[in-house]
Amino acid sequence: MNSRIGYVAFNTFREAVRDRVLYNLIAFALLLSAAAVLVGEISIDIERLVVVNLGLTAVSLFGVVIAIFMGIGLVSKEIEKRTLYTVLARPVRRWEFVVGKFFGLTGTLVVNTFFMAIGVFLALLYVAHTFQKADLWVLLALYFIVLEFLIVCALALLFSSFSTPLMSAVFTFALFIIGSLADDLRGFARITHGTVGAFATAIAYLVPNFSALNIINQAAHGFAVPGRLILYDTLYALLYSAMAISGAVLIFQRRNLK
Amino acid sequence: MAAIEILDLEKTYQVGFWHARPKLALRPLRLTIEEGEVFGFLGPNGAGKTTTLKLLMGLVYPTAGTARILGMAIDDPRVKAQIGFLPEQPYFYDYLTAQELLTYYAQLSGVPAKERSQRVTGILARFGLTDSARLQLRKFSKGMLQRLGLAQAILHDPKIVFLDEPMSGLDPMGRREVREMIQQMRNEGKTVFFSTHILSDAEALCDRVAIIHQGELRGVGAVAHLTSQAQQGRVEIIFCAPSVPQALASLGVEARLSGDMVNAVVEEDKQEAALEILRRERIRLISLTPVRSSLEEYYVQKLQPRGNGKGAGA
Ligand SMILES: Nc1ncnc2c1ncn2[C@@H]1O[C@H](COP(=O)(O)OP(=O)(O)OP(=O)(O)O)[C@@H](O)[C@H]1O
Ligand SMILES: [Mg+2]
Repeated sequence: MNSRIGYVAFNTFREAVRDRVLYNLIAFALLLSAAAVLVGEISIDIERLVVVNLGLTAVSLFGVVIAIFMGIGLVSKEIEKRTLYTVLARPVRRWEFVVGKFFGLTGTLVVNTFFMAIGVFLALLYVAHTFQKADLWVLLALYFIVLEFLIVCALALLFSSFSTPLMSAVFTFALFIIGSLADDLRGFARITHGTVGAFATAIAYLVPNFSALNIINQAAHGFAVPGRLILYDTLYALLYSAMAISGAVLIFQRRNLK
Repeated sequence: MAAIEILDLEKTYQVGFWHARPKLALRPLRLTIEEGEVFGFLGPNGAGKTTTLKLLMGLVYPTAGTARILGMAIDDPRVKAQIGFLPEQPYFYDYLTAQELLTYYAQLSGVPAKERSQRVTGILARFGLTDSARLQLRKFSKGMLQRLGLAQAILHDPKIVFLDEPMSGLDPMGRREVREMIQQMRNEGKTVFFSTHILSDAEALCDRVAIIHQGELRGVGAVAHLTSQAQQGRVEIIFCAPSVPQALASLGVEARLSGDMVNAVVEEDKQEAALEILRRERIRLISLTPVRSSLEEYYVQKLQPRGNGKGAGA
């Protein structure tokens, strides 16, 4: 990674920290502790299932919200506030700036997820009193969630490069919802024909396939995840976000700053 | 070698989303600034000064034309290491301290890691910001931000400095300080290209000025030349009198009464006649000075609708 991208990324991370983005961890911790205590009270068998399901879903949702709300402002806020002028008058190319911002945000999310992961494992320890081998799948599910964040950040960045922050948030969130139902959409596409079928197929394969990245349920039940899926999902997420970032760069490259 | 060559840069904005109308901000502009020059870019509000600077910085793209800086195309990444830029209203990351901001910018400008902290400390001291080095920028006053803006513009020791209205919004002391800083940049051999509409600042600082109005270059000239060129034989006569003498007024002299003194401007060929009137009426003469054409007159003349300008120096 070239050093200027690293500097931009670090500054983005620093901004997030100073804007108290990591404070969401407090809300997360409270939620998880409450859940762990409650579950410990009422049931014996399904505690682990509930804690993993709830914990990971919360990790994903908290992260997606941060990814969207920070992602839409990453570049557009700098244009709006004109903080970009004195940066782009330096030997920083526009694409380096965009990529640096992207890494800064995903870095923030990785750090955030790291702390949340600690929380999830502590909650697991609390209800199950011991770690087990199946907990490794929880780790893998967390990795998949980070892949999901990459795509969401990239999409937020892409939308914000040509539309207003509000519209970008709406678009990204809509894609997140549709993408989470991508499997159902593909199933639907298979049973329909004609124009509708073609349209459904196109949509089903174009939207980010978040359902493939969601292995929370398997992890909760301790089901094994095939190694091939790990490879495919990793490649898929990297490729998908790289394409979205490239789109954002292409648009930003041509833009006249206000 | 020319520091800046502006080769018919032209910019038309599209305004309005649904019914995009063209808005001409800059007509083809051709201008050359030599190395080591302090060049003033003058013009009223909306003249196209900021547009020109943004085009040169690559922040907006020209509709037509190009520019070269130090012989290189403006989109050549090597150019950016050689230039510094102070935007019109400098906005910086307000969650950073002055020291953090300058360190970040030094990193982006490629100042070697070993020199960075020394460079930042030095520049903070030079701009009187040492005491505020660890203060978040959201707590900075306008004047402090402007000084920081100048500091970041020369942080990496660029050859050319572009300043967009460096004195705007400053108190008299602040303006004076900025003038001294620009003077210092000149002494260091930097080329300074700055926009302003404060003529006295331009007159005090610039080697040459260009005047732009409604996106169109109206004149370029050396300040020394413009201000020393006595205007076609006119003199200013100041004398003590309770009112403007009738005889003088009928000579076709512009005269103004202020207190018990009269200030009159007379064509040179009527100077003797005017003095004769004063002698005859036993009026005490206070001073008689040739009127010099100031930058202001040049400026005002250049802003006249095209055709009225006398074209001096253009
Ligand atoms: N982003 C933009 N979109 C549309 N028109 C613009 C834009 N930026 C500038 N203009 C127009 O271009 C013209 C020149 O503006 P510019 O900002 O260059 O003037 P200026 O000389 O810097 O004025 P000032 O002294 O007020 O700063 C103005 O008429 C302005 O309305
Ligand atoms: Mg301006």
